[in-house]
Amino acid sequence: MGLVGGLIVLAVVFLVPTYYGAKPEGWPGFLPGPIRLGLDLQGGTHLVYTVDVDKAIANHLERAAEDLKNEARNDQIGLNGVTAENGVITATLADPAKRDALEKLISDRFPNLSLTNDGSGDTVRAKMTPASIREIRDGALDQSLEIIRNRVDQFGVAEPIVQRQGTQDVLVQLPGIQDPERAKALIGKTALLEFKLVAKDPSEPGAITMAGREVDQVTGRVTRTEYKVEPRTLMTGDIISNALPRPGTQTDPRPYVEVEFNTRGAKIFEEITGANVGRRLAIILDGVVQSAPVIQERIGGGRARITGSFDFKDARDLALVLRTGALPAPVHVAEERTVGPSLGKDSIRQGILSFAVGGGLVVVFMLVYYKVAGVLADLALILNVVFLLAALAAFGATLSLPGIAGVVLTLGMAVDANVLINERMREEIRLGKTARAVIDAGYERALPAILDSNITTFLSGIILFQFGSGPVKGFAVTLCIGIVSSVFTAVVGTRVVYDFMLSKRRLQTVSV
Amino acid sequence: MELIKPGTNIDFVGYRHAAVLISTALNIAALVLLIARGGPNYGVDFSGGTVMDIRVTPAPPIGDVRAALASVKLGDVTIQEFGGTGEFLIRLPLAETESAAAAEAATSKEVSEALDAKFGKGKIDVLRVESVGPRVGSDLRRKAILAVVFSTVMMGIYIWFRFELRFGIGAAIALIHDVLITVGALMLFNFEFDLTIVAALLTIVGFSVNDTVIVSDRIRENMRKSRRESFASIINSSINETLSRTILTTGTAILVILALFFLGGNVIHGFAFALLVGFTTGTYSSIFIASPVVLVMEPVRARVARRK
Repeated sequence: MGLVGGLIVLAVVFLVPTYYGAKPEGWPGFLPGPIRLGLDLQGGTHLVYTVDVDKAIANHLERAAEDLKNEARNDQIGLNGVTAENGVITATLADPAKRDALEKLISDRFPNLSLTNDGSGDTVRAKMTPASIREIRDGALDQSLEIIRNRVDQFGVAEPIVQRQGTQDVLVQLPGIQDPERAKALIGKTALLEFKLVAKDPSEPGAITMAGREVDQVTGRVTRTEYKVEPRTLMTGDIISNALPRPGTQTDPRPYVEVEFNTRGAKIFEEITGANVGRRLAIILDGVVQSAPVIQERIGGGRARITGSFDFKDARDLALVLRTGALPAPVHVAEERTVGPSLGKDSIRQGILSFAVGGGLVVVFMLVYYKVAGVLADLALILNVVFLLAALAAFGATLSLPGIAGVVLTLGMAVDANVLINERMREEIRLGKTARAVIDAGYERALPAILDSNITTFLSGIILFQFGSGPVKGFAVTLCIGIVSSVFTAVVGTRVVYDFMLSKRRLQTVSV
Repeated sequence: MELIKPGTNIDFVGYRHAAVLISTALNIAALVLLIARGGPNYGVDFSGGTVMDIRVTPAPPIGDVRAALASVKLGDVTIQEFGGTGEFLIRLPLAETESAAAAEAATSKEVSEALDAKFGKGKIDVLRVESVGPRVGSDLRRKAILAVVFSTVMMGIYIWFRFELRFGIGAAIALIHDVLITVGALMLFNFEFDLTIVAALLTIVGFSVNDTVIVSDRIRENMRKSRRESFASIINSSINETLSRTILTTGTAILVILALFFLGGNVIHGFAFALLVGFTTGTYSSIFIASPVVLVMEPVRARVARRK
């Protein structure tokens, strides 16, 4: 009796914040807040990004090829070329006699590479070791997760969720977001910033072609241009310490992004500008040339501005992604679920309506069918709903639309335990037993069946929880909690009342 | 009040041949439907692609929406209307390549832009966008099938463990029967298979085995009580004794499911429909399928027992 009473008080206390929609003032911090609504009820965007880890590995291999070229040059091993393709680095020696020296260099100084031993004559081949591939994969995912989390945090959404999912995905949930398209673009942008020199002569050997876009300030017409740039990347965005959007100046009304370099970056930038006065420096974002200003003088102080064809909002988003850093690999949206706020409201209304109507029908039915025992079953049912909701609040579980359906379904299935008990009691009454014996036998005999039948449903709920995602998980959670609380309220809760009636009222007959 | 009078003795076991015949026919029909259509009608969760749920005010004829989207090259677009309320379901096919997942996301933007252009900004309310890439889709499909198969086997094993092997086999056969008929009914009425349908199927598995448990529990109890009665009559009286409970529990469950079906809205319409069919066949199969299987296996059990 004390147990049931205590639990009721606790459950009601847990539900106070849900009733008010927030914790009332002075409400103790350790108590749970209101029941959290799923994205399908409050509106919002659920995104799953796949990190292209293969690309991260390919990038690493290319960088290793570049390093190998430099190391070989330092050791005076002449190379005709180094390529990185399909996970294999192939170095072509100018002098086949230097083969041993190059192989020694690779095994000594490149722990990430292992020689494949299938090169012949003037070629040496090497590929990444499985351990380093695993490391790159994990690293790329962890780093992407971190960067995406930073971007989401700076984007400013209340209670976002960013977490790793499986071996290559990042899950992002943005509740109540107004402009999912912008968020999507912002989170998924690789934001790899590179600085390269524009080739002096377009026909310069080795110069590569890069796309650029320019918007005419007057007509607003977008023209696609091409730049011939030197292949070497002078610096990348990782030396940026801060980036801020700026409105245009009097002389140039275009908004721009001001970037601040860290100490190392400032030094590199000063050296580069000093050595290349009069040449054009291409500022490239994700493979597209944003602008290619002429270097007027050596630039100290560690600041630069990126102008390009964008408005202030674009500048703000660009500054945000530059601040949070480049993703180590491209990401793609693998799954998107967006629910607008109006559908969420409709769903809540429909959920509550079906709850009220379904629950009402069951309550009336039990009352008519079992009379006093029906009243008890109905009380147990109401208590069950209170416990179920309190448990959702206490565990911080999320209530989704299928979750509401789970609550409604629980209403219909929870009475089963009382039906089993009541049917048993009717059988015992027919045998002509006393009230106490009827009640004892009814509860005792019905219990194994109640437990077995609820355990099976609970098991399928757990399997569903394992399988499901988002809203479906919410259904599994309410189903499982509902089962536990319904067994408790139906078996223990109603029994307490019978015991009370037996001891205080000297109950002679059981109304069932 | 009493629906089933005490002492009722309907000869359920006697109807078993007819029941098995009807059930087999229904199951074969469901299988044929499944094979003929090349699998269920997968929603975006499983097939990949994009669905958009939009509301246009005031409600335009569907032809206008179609015309608005004709200008956008999106491939095989299907548009469906929800009973003249201005609510439309637009389905876009899966983007051709995996890396085009980003491009695919752009298409939902193109759709809303095209609609804005046609009906004017602010007239379009995008209720819902769901976009699933090919890898996620096939992954979910595999997991869904695994979950249903796994839970069915688990239930069989649980019943075996709690009762006897033949009860477990009976329960598992009844479950396969219920899932197949539900799937068939969903296909017949052109419901799309999405994640909530899988949730419904697993719930059906859990609920249907409930009835089997209750009946099996009573069979076991009656077997202890009366050893002289034939096994068939023990089964029959056990079903009759629990009949009142079976009808009540299924009845209250069906009451709430009907509430969900009629009042719960579009999102869980298919879910409620699946539960409606599944709970009904679940109750039927516990009486007419699971118990007869136990009966059929009685001679087998007796022979094994004699050999020991």
